[in-house]
Amino acid sequence: MTARERDTTAAKIEVETFPDHQIIRQPNPLRRAVKRVAENPADDPVARAEKALDGLSDEFEGWMRQECERLAAAHAAILKKGLNRTAQDELFRAAHDIKGAAATFGYPMAAAAADSLCRIMEHAPDFATVPNELIAHHVNAIQAIVREHRRFGVASVADELSRKLRGVADEYLTAVNQDRPEHLELILGPSIIPAE
Amino acid sequence: MFGIDFNKLRFLICDDNAHMRRILRTLLHSFGAREAYEAEDGATALEMYIHYVPDIMILDWSMPIFDGLELTQMIRQPQGNGNPYTPIIMLTGYSDKRRVMMARDAGVTEFLAKPISAKALYQRIVNVVVSPRPFIKTKSYFGPDRRRNTTTAYIGPERRNNGKAEIIQQQALLDKARPAS
Repeated sequence: MTARERDTTAAKIEVETFPDHQIIRQPNPLRRAVKRVAENPADDPVARAEKALDGLSDEFEGWMRQECERLAAAHAAILKKGLNRTAQDELFRAAHDIKGAAATFGYPMAAAAADSLCRIMEHAPDFATVPNELIAHHVNAIQAIVREHRRFGVASVADELSRKLRGVADEYLTAVNQDRPEHLELILGPSIIPAE
Repeated sequence: MFGIDFNKLRFLICDDNAHMRRILRTLLHSFGAREAYEAEDGATALEMYIHYVPDIMILDWSMPIFDGLELTQMIRQPQGNGNPYTPIIMLTGYSDKRRVMMARDAGVTEFLAKPISAKALYQRIVNVVVSPRPFIKTKSYFGPDRRRNTTTAYIGPERRNNGKAEIIQQQALLDKARPAS
């Protein structure tokens, strides 16, 4: 009998039933994966994973360029064919992916600019009325930050650029959401997610 | 001290971004995992969840067909196929309070905001493996207990009616979903 079989054969769920809810407890089904190990700082799984991630870093520049091309293509499709739900979703997903991945790839300022673009798309009452220039400036800035990434001194310029974009975006969103307090709270409130 | 034997865990990754899937796969393999299945949309992930019965799912929120939130709601069906108790780690670029609450109320076990780090992912996996929370079933919710703090100093309104409890035992759903062979 394998460890997996041994663990599941005896597992029973205990259900406590109250007037308006149930509390369901079961023996930890993943306990088979908990093991006693000798302390060994040389065998740190997190350090091992960070090293493996570092090993992928040669590919990050190419990946980042692909993400930028996808963003530019989504934006170009809207300019060429007009706005529709599919095109808007594709632009949002492209920006959202850059927001989530760019910092991991070593482009935190591109992530910040993409975050600003995502906020506009999430919180503008009607995306069709967002000034074209505001969207175009974000797309162009993200591309420029990635394209010029290796140039000496570009980090401070990228930082300044993404801060200014965020400022302009927040000013616009604050103005167009005056009668939507729930959006204003989200626009102006901090993230509640801890970094680690 | 205790550690996690990742070799005994089966993961299902669902993210529409191929680069992010590659990063997750790399991290999980580095932790020691051998079984990490991948899906690029919610519909495929639902099929793989039923077929492979993963121990832990790592879901992106924003995906085509149906998103990570909808997928979570489909999994958290007590009478559904598969194991509705499967720990779900929501890995997403969203980090505002409203989204976190929506994920929590859909039955997400852990929330992990991008950018991803090895340390943060490892910590979330340790949480679900070592400290699983009981599940709560109400008229409108089925999922891990949303009360993470067990403080007795809470002074707000009590939303649960803690009358007399009836206790029954039944077969764990993981046993039904993944019968021993």
